[in-house]
Amino acid sequence: MNPITGPAQPLTSSRRSGHAATPASPAAPPGVSLQGLGLDYRAGGKLILDGVDCDVPAGTVTALLGPNGAGKSSLLQLLGAVAVPHTGSVQLNGSNLYALRRKERARQLAFVEQRADTDLPLTVLDVVLLGRLPYRSPLAGSSDEDLGVARRSLTAVGLDSFTQRRYGTLSGGERQRVQLAKALAQEPEVLLLDEPTNHLDVNAQLASMELVRSLAAGGVAVLAALHDINIAAAYCDQVIVLQEGKVVAAGPTPEVLTPDLIRRVYGVDAVVLEHPLTGRPLVALCPLPEASLRTASAQPSSRASARAAASPAS
Amino acid sequence: MSLREHPGLKITTTAPGTFAGSLSGRRPMSGVLCGAVLLAALVASVLITVSIGPANLSPLQVLGSILRHLGLRPESFGAAVGLTAIQDGIVWELRLPRLLTAALVGAGLAVSGAVMQALTRNPLADPYLLGLSSGASLGAVAVLLLGAAVLLPVAAFAGAMAAMALTLGLASALGVITPTRTVLAGLAVSALASALASFIIFFSAQGDSYREVLSWLMGSLAAATWGSVAITGVAFALAGTPVLLSGRILDGFAFGDIAAAALGLNVTAIRWLLLGGTAVLTGAMVSVSGSIGFVGLILPHAVRLLTGARHRALLPLSALAGALFMVWADTLARTLFDPREIPVGIITALLGAPVFIVMLWRWRNAS
Repeated sequence: MNPITGPAQPLTSSRRSGHAATPASPAAPPGVSLQGLGLDYRAGGKLILDGVDCDVPAGTVTALLGPNGAGKSSLLQLLGAVAVPHTGSVQLNGSNLYALRRKERARQLAFVEQRADTDLPLTVLDVVLLGRLPYRSPLAGSSDEDLGVARRSLTAVGLDSFTQRRYGTLSGGERQRVQLAKALAQEPEVLLLDEPTNHLDVNAQLASMELVRSLAAGGVAVLAALHDINIAAAYCDQVIVLQEGKVVAAGPTPEVLTPDLIRRVYGVDAVVLEHPLTGRPLVALCPLPEASLRTASAQPSSRASARAAASPAS
Repeated sequence: MSLREHPGLKITTTAPGTFAGSLSGRRPMSGVLCGAVLLAALVASVLITVSIGPANLSPLQVLGSILRHLGLRPESFGAAVGLTAIQDGIVWELRLPRLLTAALVGAGLAVSGAVMQALTRNPLADPYLLGLSSGASLGAVAVLLLGAAVLLPVAAFAGAMAAMALTLGLASALGVITPTRTVLAGLAVSALASALASFIIFFSAQGDSYREVLSWLMGSLAAATWGSVAITGVAFALAGTPVLLSGRILDGFAFGDIAAAALGLNVTAIRWLLLGGTAVLTGAMVSVSGSIGFVGLILPHAVRLLTGARHRALLPLSALAGALFMVWADTLARTLFDPREIPVGIITALLGAPVFIVMLWRWRNAS
């Protein structure tokens, strides 16, 4: 097993004890934060988001969790100003995001979609250089600075040897990392990621989240929609949980990711453990027992006692 | 915040540099070099193709005639002198305006095709996709056969614009304008305009007007004059120049509207402006040449193979390649079965369709 920088080593002390003092505290490093206030969003006559409030502080990684169809992608699009809410507002460091000039917005905020494909025969470097669009007049070519930033972005995602590869020939995971590099080339203060670990193998998943953590350490506010509860548990300071277009829980990861919440939102049984190597929460999942599928309140006593024995947190 | 602040980050890749060795050999050709080669080839081709034909001229004589008409002394450029009045007339009044029109039409159609392919994210998009050609044909047929008191190019241009407006109106009536809706609306408008044009021809044409309408529907430059050069030239300068300069913006559309918006582009405004610009361009071209197919479809793909897909180089190079292609296609149409002339649209389809099939084959292998 090839140890990458993170999971095999213990976390830094600030992160191990970070549950209590996350960088979200008032003494957070200077940076730009993003807030959604009372966001309503409809599509096709259906209410997708219903009065969503959310807060993405500078220097933190926030997970956006929720079952399929909960509205995660829609919320990311509103926060990224690529869609506009029917009511509500988004504040970028206290000022209205939608009133910002488009180029200025794209210099501060980058958005990585879940899937990004093209029929065009673009090279990887071509794709990453798109991230420099907000910095150049439409007539100018790519400057040396643009090239430098693009190459550093590719190095950051571990693809520096891929510059001249055709984007269309890459695997799904490689494409995802190229898209992340494109977002990094925007040199954003706020990074919105829709399923950044999709298509990635385990090694690359952890590497991507390590990269995201290091960006947050540099002051970037990161919001990532995630399916994997354990990725959120291991890497995110905060969690926002969406269910049917509403925020059902939000706050520091260990406080939000309780067995009860996971059971209510995802309909699965969960035990929250402590990761023996990192000290982060570790969620063990299994289907709800049949009895409790019939009557949600019932809990077999054998499970309850097993949970009590297994979970040091409880 | 900048990437410089955390340069020490190290991430392993799942396939570390496996392909690095084969990369350097596939660097795309430099855009500037490509442009210079194409421009030189275009100038040489115009001189050569003007001399091709029954009048027995040499390229140097052609150059001499052109220089004299431009008020320069041919001798000081090493060009030949001493053309008869008839030869001079053939060069200056017949062949040169026709070839310049061909070049401008080719450039306009190829640029329009490249832009439409980028905006609709559809490799099959071209000026004809949005119903422009059928609209222009309908306008032209109406003038030719119903005798409406409008100049032919104006009628074709109006027909093209009406078809464009109908297509975009239909697409927006279906909801948000998406590439698929635009393409489907274009198909519907195109079918309607073609049917109307055929209907008019069927009931009105007598004798030779069949041939005239046919050459209009299949594309022909036989009637090109300096007036045609003026129409296409002005359209290219006014609508083509801003479109040519939009390359970097078009690059931003590579991954779709949401990704383009996330890069700070005003997607809706850009789409309407650029589609409007290409509509003006295509309408003007179709109004003097009729429906010439495959130029807008094939040439942007061919240029992408040479220089890559970045539009800043692709748009001007497509214009040059389209001009070069049309100059030779029109020369073939004019001389292949001399003294009979065939519609140039037949030549472009005969050359374009096999190229298109080869490209489809390559895509099949690539995916």
